[in-house]
Amino acid sequence: MRILGSIRRRLFIQLALVAAVLSLAFFLVVRGVAERAAEGTQDDILSASATAIADSLRSEGGHVTLDLPYSALSMLGSINEDRVFYRVVSEGKTLTGYGDLPQPEVPPRLSAPSFETLDYRGDEIRAASVIRPVGTGANAAQVVVTVAQTRQGLAAISRQITATATGIGVGFFLLATALSLWAAGSALAPITRMTGSVTRRGPNDLRPVKANAPDELVPLINALNSFMARLRSSLSRTEDFIAEAAHRVRTPLATVRAQAEITHRKLNKPEHKQAIREMIRAIDESSRSAGQMLDHAMVTFRADSLAQDALDLRGLMEETCDRLGPTADLKDIAIRRDTGTDPVAFTGDGILLQAALQNILDNAIKYSPDDSDITARVALDDNITLSFTDQGRGFGDTDLSGLTTRYTRGANVGDIVGSGLGLTIADEVAKAHGGRLEISTNKKGEGACVSLVFPRG
Amino acid sequence: MCFAGISARLMAALVALIMSASVAMSFEVEDRRLYEATSELARINVISTADLDVFDPIIRAFQASRPGVTIDYTVTGTTDLMEALYEDGAAFDLAISSAMDLQTKLANDGFAQNHTPQTATDLPIWASWRDQLFAFTQEPAVLVVSDNFFGDDDAPQSRDELIALLRDNPERFQGKIGTYDVRRSGFGYLMATQDSRNSDAFWRLMEVMGRLDAELYCCSSDMIRDVASGKLALAYNVLGSYAAAQLKSTGGFQIIEMSDYVNVMSRTVLIPQSAENPDEARAMLDFLLGLNARQDLVDASGLPAIDAAALRANPSLRPIRFGPGLLVFLDSLKRQSFLRNWENSLLQN
Repeated sequence: MRILGSIRRRLFIQLALVAAVLSLAFFLVVRGVAERAAEGTQDDILSASATAIADSLRSEGGHVTLDLPYSALSMLGSINEDRVFYRVVSEGKTLTGYGDLPQPEVPPRLSAPSFETLDYRGDEIRAASVIRPVGTGANAAQVVVTVAQTRQGLAAISRQITATATGIGVGFFLLATALSLWAAGSALAPITRMTGSVTRRGPNDLRPVKANAPDELVPLINALNSFMARLRSSLSRTEDFIAEAAHRVRTPLATVRAQAEITHRKLNKPEHKQAIREMIRAIDESSRSAGQMLDHAMVTFRADSLAQDALDLRGLMEETCDRLGPTADLKDIAIRRDTGTDPVAFTGDGILLQAALQNILDNAIKYSPDDSDITARVALDDNITLSFTDQGRGFGDTDLSGLTTRYTRGANVGDIVGSGLGLTIADEVAKAHGGRLEISTNKKGEGACVSLVFPRG
Repeated sequence: MCFAGISARLMAALVALIMSASVAMSFEVEDRRLYEATSELARINVISTADLDVFDPIIRAFQASRPGVTIDYTVTGTTDLMEALYEDGAAFDLAISSAMDLQTKLANDGFAQNHTPQTATDLPIWASWRDQLFAFTQEPAVLVVSDNFFGDDDAPQSRDELIALLRDNPERFQGKIGTYDVRRSGFGYLMATQDSRNSDAFWRLMEVMGRLDAELYCCSSDMIRDVASGKLALAYNVLGSYAAAQLKSTGGFQIIEMSDYVNVMSRTVLIPQSAENPDEARAMLDFLLGLNARQDLVDASGLPAIDAAALRANPSLRPIRFGPGLLVFLDSLKRQSFLRNWENSLLQN
């Protein structure tokens, strides 16, 4: 499985990006609107001032004259401390004011003042102009009144607005980011909840998931439930197959062996007897191999969903020794039990552990010479060690680490038949229980020692 | 004297200059003194309308705080000061003037530098404009009445009372009242224009004064002298600080702050664009703004410092506000029409 990043991170980043874009848009809109409003205020005051001046224009004896109203200029000082310029031009001739103040490029109309932004005396100024006919009839003079103001006050307002808008924008972004972090977490909470409910299940719990889930997760849960149903039926088929196969292989073999023994007794010629003995031996080996293969299949199957039984490992050792006692007796092999007296509590899969111990002891018996000893030992220190020590041929020069590989056998097996599965089964069981299989050749004398080592829970 | 009398001809020329083309013109130096530092590190040229004997203690105190600074103090009239900076481009580091309107025009038209005061944190908002123009005194325009004509409690307390008094007793006051010739005095013009804004009573008062053949003066001190001597019964729109100083030395008159309103003028200081040593100028400007913390200098110079508490205590005190409104009466047409009205009222014969 390739991990395609985190949904949570992706969700968070996308939400944060959206928040950033919205914050920026907010900032630009607020600044734009506020600055237009500020500019509009300045324009309004300038045009009010120009209109007030225009209103006090009058014609006196054919001459245009003006009584500049105090309020016309003082009103400009009421909102800021900007520099003020004005000019009154009658028919192209400056009546009063700043003679070098530029005339509006777009002449104002009677109905609407004209506005301009331009440079004058080293500062940017905003100028409003109004036009007013003064006098009567055809002799009326067209008088243009221009009032201008520098824009430092506007710039200060603009800086203030920008600072405020920036503050609000950044605050909005931070808040939105925090909220998106929360939203991403909250949106993914059902997944976390579902994961938890699935993870907490026992190994054999294949019941359908019934956790409450949002709409979007319902198909996933349905798929999971249908998958688990298939798995459940497949597992039960496998279990059935194993049981069936064990039954189907072992039973006829047992029948064949019984018939072969009867035949053996009836036969008189030694060469015939010998042939039948060979046959019986082959049947035994087949039966054993079939058993081991089934064991192995079972281990593979059960290790995936390990049972958690409360066990007594000492009892298991004793049971194994009891079960294989008759086989050992055939070769006059004594099984010495050094298993202590107290039960050794352990949580694990009893069937698997039994199969492992049985395979190890079976191996030991198989490779031991007649009339020898096998020691079964339970040792407790930091770990629980279950070991079988024999006086057999050991493993010779074989690479011990390769022995647990399937179908690998030691270099010195000689004529002894075997499947190469015994130690593999033991190793897999040990690993499934968090332990390990240790194989060593005895330093003193002959024989080998095979141990299952489990950490003490 | 510090409120320079200037001829009508000069004023007209100034107006023509400000509003239109420029003609090179030199200003008239009334007085000049060099305050040499013991070992000169810097030098500032100050142009001022305040008399030497008024400003001398302040300059000496400033020099005591900055001994390495030589101060070249030039006294001129309000209009000359304006011309020197506006037309001649004369290089001065500090310009101190009692003409708030002309100083405002200098700042408005770009002849002043920005300055952020370091010391005067308690300066009221109205006392500065554009961070360029700073007020450092607070001087009311008052009525002075002679003891020869008025007792302790029969002096008029408002403009309406004054008008009624003059109207009812024409023979008593004929030729016995004085006021500024606003054509010659920048301060008189400023006060008259502010009066005309504040009250309709102003023009009635001018009419009555005109009928009584009011004496016209160039300067406060002359009027105060004539009231003190009994030559005049009263003088209208006299600079209060000068009257107070004169009252201490000679007596013989009362100072009346009108109850309807009192125009309060401020001396202002700015750093011209042409300043050659603006750093020291800033130091001196800050020193001037700290005047309200130096009672010794206020007493020595007779210049009342900015006192926001006094303004709050007496609501009839109306400080003249900075702002573009002050430019209105500098407008050539406005000035012509104002002077025409004034002449029509006051010069009836």
